[in-house]
Amino acid sequence: MKKKAVFIYSDDQLGYSFSETHPFNQKRIVLTVDLLKSAGLLAEEDIISPRMATDEELLLAHEEKFVNIVKRAGKGEITDAAGAIYGIGTEDTPIFPNMHEASALLVGGTLTAVDEVMSGRANRAVNLGGGLHHGFKGRASGFCVYNDSSVAIKYLQKEYGARVLYVDTDAHHGDGVQWSFYDDPDVCTLSIHETGRYLFPGTGNINERGNGKGYGTSFNFPIDAFTEDESFLEVYRAAITEVIENFKPDVILTQNGVDAHYFDPLTHLYGTMNIFKEIPKLARELADKHCNGRWIAVGGGGYDIWRVVPRAWSHLWVAMSEQEIPEGPLPAKWVEKWEKEAPVSLISTWEDPKPLYKEIPRKAEITEKNLIMLNQSLQFIRNEDKTDS
Amino acid sequence: MLIEEIMAKDVITLYPTDTVRDALEKMRDKKIRHLPVITKDQEVVGIITDRDLKEIIPSTLTDHKGTDIYNMEISKIMTKNPIIGHPMDFVEESAVIFYHNKIGSIPIVSNNKLVGIITETDLLYKYIELTGAHQPGSQIEVRVPDTPGILFEVSKVFLDQKTNVQSVLVYPDKKNPENKILVIRIKTMNPLNIVDGLKAGGFEVLWPRFPGMDL
Repeated sequence: MKKKAVFIYSDDQLGYSFSETHPFNQKRIVLTVDLLKSAGLLAEEDIISPRMATDEELLLAHEEKFVNIVKRAGKGEITDAAGAIYGIGTEDTPIFPNMHEASALLVGGTLTAVDEVMSGRANRAVNLGGGLHHGFKGRASGFCVYNDSSVAIKYLQKEYGARVLYVDTDAHHGDGVQWSFYDDPDVCTLSIHETGRYLFPGTGNINERGNGKGYGTSFNFPIDAFTEDESFLEVYRAAITEVIENFKPDVILTQNGVDAHYFDPLTHLYGTMNIFKEIPKLARELADKHCNGRWIAVGGGGYDIWRVVPRAWSHLWVAMSEQEIPEGPLPAKWVEKWEKEAPVSLISTWEDPKPLYKEIPRKAEITEKNLIMLNQSLQFIRNEDKTDS
Repeated sequence: MLIEEIMAKDVITLYPTDTVRDALEKMRDKKIRHLPVITKDQEVVGIITDRDLKEIIPSTLTDHKGTDIYNMEISKIMTKNPIIGHPMDFVEESAVIFYHNKIGSIPIVSNNKLVGIITETDLLYKYIELTGAHQPGSQIEVRVPDTPGILFEVSKVFLDQKTNVQSVLVYPDKKNPENKILVIRIKTMNPLNIVDGLKAGGFEVLWPRFPGMDL
């Protein structure tokens, strides 16, 4: 029987670990899986182990020279200084033992998700270990070594001839994926992120629309620092709905970074749990409507691993597996188990406390500015649609 | 940085005897707005801009065809003896010349011959590069006292954290002339340790702040 959704996971995914103090911490996946299981939302038979990506698959989106450097770095054969031009051995993306294998396994997880969906065994599949959207062809960047989404999209094109829409709601611009397909008219990338004025990586302006034949298949929606739920969702709804109608993909791949939350230490957006409930719900509806249900999801950023990520990613799985949205208190055993370890006090309900933060000045102007940005970015397809009819 | 490093060396030009029509066509085909006018010896004798042309050609809304205007020699309408620059001028000085004279381009002349041209757009792109905004990085703003060695104190924090700096800009502090604002782009996705380090060093980190709040 065809499954509604499968969950790609194994403990081996935790091998992608820079250091104890690094903000990118895969323990968040353990916390999420444990929360889902405690709440009775995830069963063993939903879980599928990820496979390892082969070298050939990695080379679909990466340079051989870079892959070889990563392999040698993981064996301790490369100094930080020598790795630096490839973006490894830096404070952001330090060298760690077996980094090639760990990174290739995260890519393989996303490929497993692709195969489950495209073979028709499941409608939807999620790999929370993926979503490393800053990885470049020949260089690691921003905590990301290999770019699982870029490899997966190339793989979708090669193995299944699919037309892919990539939707990135991480608070950082999905630069690595965008530049990989900047010239490709058969892949559309859409990224909503905090403007690059202060935040890494600084790109993702509305005028980055693609190049050559790919012009018009790259969309960026940079929202202002301090953007709150309503404005975020207004941009998200209009952007994804209009772009999917215009581009007509065979499958969507969403990157579900959850660092747009108010608690996230690295960004300056003011989202609450509400947006992480709504984002996957609409993605599912649109995948059902336009792509015969085919939807692949990956993780991404998320640096408050205790208070934000487990709840937010649970909502993603709940939407994919079409279960009822959980409300009220979190399972007591989960809270008891983890509160001893957590350096912050856990939030013990599915909802965020209200109010979560002090009212922000100039909310109306931020909303207005985001709306102007949204209209400018969508102007391109709105004009095109007019000429068509 | 010298102008010769950023100027366009392949310059599209006109002769004084070329017509208004020639000028219009060249601007349209090459998508440019400024044409230096030179002699056969490459000496710059004038410049013509899209604005000069717009002022003299008849509006498309009138019936007047103005054929004589299209055939007019460019020497009659060009700006004679325009402001010129030298390949070894500094980019910063040239920016001041653009700003003061409200012009859009400067022909670059050496040994009495045209060797290049620089436009406002070229200059603006150089300034974008100066801000480091074309590479992946995070931005931090710090208020510091305007005293000798302060940049050294600030950069010690970057050294401690092994963080690469992509660019540093120094702005005056509007409120207090005894301070400066440093805008620093760093090559990292995680500026938290830097921010802590700067705060521990007694610096005021202004990043990021609510929009429109006074510095």
